Amino acid sequence: MAQLNMVKALNLALREALAEDNDVVVMGQDVGQDEGVFRVTEKLLAEFGRERVIDTPLAEAGIVGTAVGLALYGMKPVCEMQFSGFAYQAYHQIEGHVARYRNRTRGRYTMPMVVRMPFGGGIRALEHHSESQEAIYAHTPGLQMVICSAPRNARALLLASIRHPDPVIFFEPKAVYRAFKEEVPDEPETMELGKAHVARVGKDITLVSFGAMMRATLEAADDLSDEDNIEAEVIDLLTVSPLDTETIANSVSKTGRCVVVHEGHRTCGIGAEVVARLVESCFYHLEAPIRRLTGYDVHFPYFAREQAFLPGADRIKRAVRETLVC
Amino acid sequence: MGSRSGSVDPDGWFFSQANMVFGTGDPDGCRRRLSTDTGGLSVVPRKKIKVADKLEYLQILDEKARVDETLDPKLDGDTLLGFLKLMLTTRLLDERMLAMQRQGRIGTYAPIRGQEAVQAGTAFCARRSDWMIQSFREPGVCIHRGWPIRAILQLWGGYEEANDVPEGVNDTPLAVPVGSQVPHTMGIAWGMKMKGKDDVAIGYVGDGGTSEGDFHEALTFAGVFGVPAICVVTNNQWAISQPRSRQVNAETLAQKGAGYGMDAIQVDGNDVLAVYVATSEAVAKARAGGGPTLIEAVTYRLAMHTTADDPKKYRSEDEVKKWEKRDPLIRFEKYLRDRDMLDDAMHEQIVSDCKAAVKVGVEEYEAARDVDPRDCFKYMYEDMPAELVTQLAEFDEALRTEGVTIGH
Ligand SMILES: Cc1ncc(C[n+]2csc(CCOP(=O)(O)OP(=O)(O)O)c2C)c(N)n1
Ligand SMILES: [Mg+2]
Repeated sequence: MAQLNMVKALNLALREALAEDNDVVVMGQDVGQDEGVFRVTEKLLAEFGRERVIDTPLAEAGIVGTAVGLALYGMKPVCEMQFSGFAYQAYHQIEGHVARYRNRTRGRYTMPMVVRMPFGGGIRALEHHSESQEAIYAHTPGLQMVICSAPRNARALLLASIRHPDPVIFFEPKAVYRAFKEEVPDEPETMELGKAHVARVGKDITLVSFGAMMRATLEAADDLSDEDNIEAEVIDLLTVSPLDTETIANSVSKTGRCVVVHEGHRTCGIGAEVVARLVESCFYHLEAPIRRLTGYDVHFPYFAREQAFLPGADRIKRAVRETLVC
Repeated sequence: MGSRSGSVDPDGWFFSQANMVFGTGDPDGCRRRLSTDTGGLSVVPRKKIKVADKLEYLQILDEKARVDETLDPKLDGDTLLGFLKLMLTTRLLDERMLAMQRQGRIGTYAPIRGQEAVQAGTAFCARRSDWMIQSFREPGVCIHRGWPIRAILQLWGGYEEANDVPEGVNDTPLAVPVGSQVPHTMGIAWGMKMKGKDDVAIGYVGDGGTSEGDFHEALTFAGVFGVPAICVVTNNQWAISQPRSRQVNAETLAQKGAGYGMDAIQVDGNDVLAVYVATSEAVAKARAGGGPTLIEAVTYRLAMHTTADDPKKYRSEDEVKKWEKRDPLIRFEKYLRDRDMLDDAMHEQIVSDCKAAVKVGVEEYEAARDVDPRDCFKYMYEDMPAELVTQLAEFDEALRTEGVTIGH
């Protein structure tokens, strides 16, 4: 076991994938010599060489589009988008081909590829560097939308994503990259995609979150326990599409109350889908309206205002208290 | 090329295209060649197409400040001193911003040291009614066009207030997604053409940016519609850690313009005179209806990509030293001194004026911290939808109860 931060944990998964499968290639802007702008690809070029760890020209459609071709030809590309805000330049390749090839060719050609990207706010960055647009990919059939929240699950989910026969959009909460360390097993470890994780057990209310917001959510849950004797169950979605309805519904059937927390915009966000599933699957267990605590339906502000946009522990606690008095 | 006379298909499309490919005016010949099975080997001698003929390189003032007298535009003293003032202000602001970033007074910053001449030489060619479309490394252009230094600082300090386009300025704010602004340049220019104006649009993009799809689609439109635009490619040799050679396996970036049927030229981007002359010619041509031009300005990013970057990981100190000798300011100051247009006293005065301008900008920035957090809702729509009104109330409530701080 080693204590790793998320950057190192992701790096470990990439190294393991490159080592175990010669068809895996890592490609993206500045991933080689520079070792990634966040250093997620540290030492990979030195270890695996230019044929496997590839510095591409500055062209996202080129990266994902050629990765489609590589995947068709039997390779397993792991693409990096430098920031999720620049993946739109590749979106027509993602929606038009990555998500469709298996279905289009009636199972003949698959897309065993991963598109990794840092997302989310909190790092005092320029415009387009802080958004959380996971809903776009969750809304696109044919993709799996995976979002890690801590070092250990980051490693396990990335390795599982690379091994998976179908394409994965892999979101990395950049605010968590170096925020804390966690024990990460030495032996390759994977987690099943499509499964949510109960991160904290409780009986009074269910909090559903993912990505960097898991930290604020867990902090709020601990505070609520200390301050109000409220025991919140906290669910980390980990995969937002396909969504693990069962785990969420089981929890809410027990607690009867739920608040969904995410940075992404509210309208048609992941929270909207969670609420819809709960209403469909456990309506009669609900004791109170389900709350969504999310980024607002405005563009992610420039960083002087970002803390006002991001849901924090205080906002979560208030929403929980309001939901409990309903 | 592409003459339609004598072609047998009514649109003249097939043969005009085929003639371009084969460089022959003989339609039957095309057919014969197309149908010949040579097993991969051509038996037909090919004619050369001289595409690269369109490309020229312009340098007037070399790195030792030697002037090519035949090319010297002999500009008036005001213009020349104007170049110097703008380049110096840009340099001093750049240095100040690097220091401010280290002090935590602004966020990540993308320095421009070494690229001042590209900005001064192009910006001076525009008149007020022209439009300038910046990428994200053109503070020199902004200063010249009348954006307050305060606004430049606010951009990197994380304030939307940075983008209050000043009265009398038409230019667009900084564009972060690389290359995405080039189609806007062409669209603005196209609008000028549609409205019969003799204005021009001058847009910027980096060497890395020329790899993006948007760049290519923009040039396609520019060429096809003959718009009055100048696309300035600031080739500073690097796109973060990737050298120019990683962006295209071709000798120049200028030939990308030629590839889309635009006039194109490569200039020494550290020679403000060459940049100015090439841009003036392109602007004059565009105003007269002569269509777009691509200008590849060859320069160098002397500092890091941004303050979050460590260039030691990917480039040598020697390379940087080599380019430091080509500094646009050194050679231009020498040019002015050699012509008795600048002496120590004047230089000192100009530097102190530029420093004062930067100081005022910094003070204005620091004084403008007290902003309305709700502004991020205010400009979303002409009329705020009901749902957003509800969310704004929620936002207000959260600010009231949570003590969230706004600021850099
Ligand atoms: C579409 C897009 N992809 C990636 C980035 C991240 N990024 C910012 S600047 C940059 C390099 C740009 O290089 P170049 O166009 O040469 O401009 P320079 O930085 O040299 O001014 C990259 C990759 C971005 N901003 N936009
Ligand atoms: Mg560059």
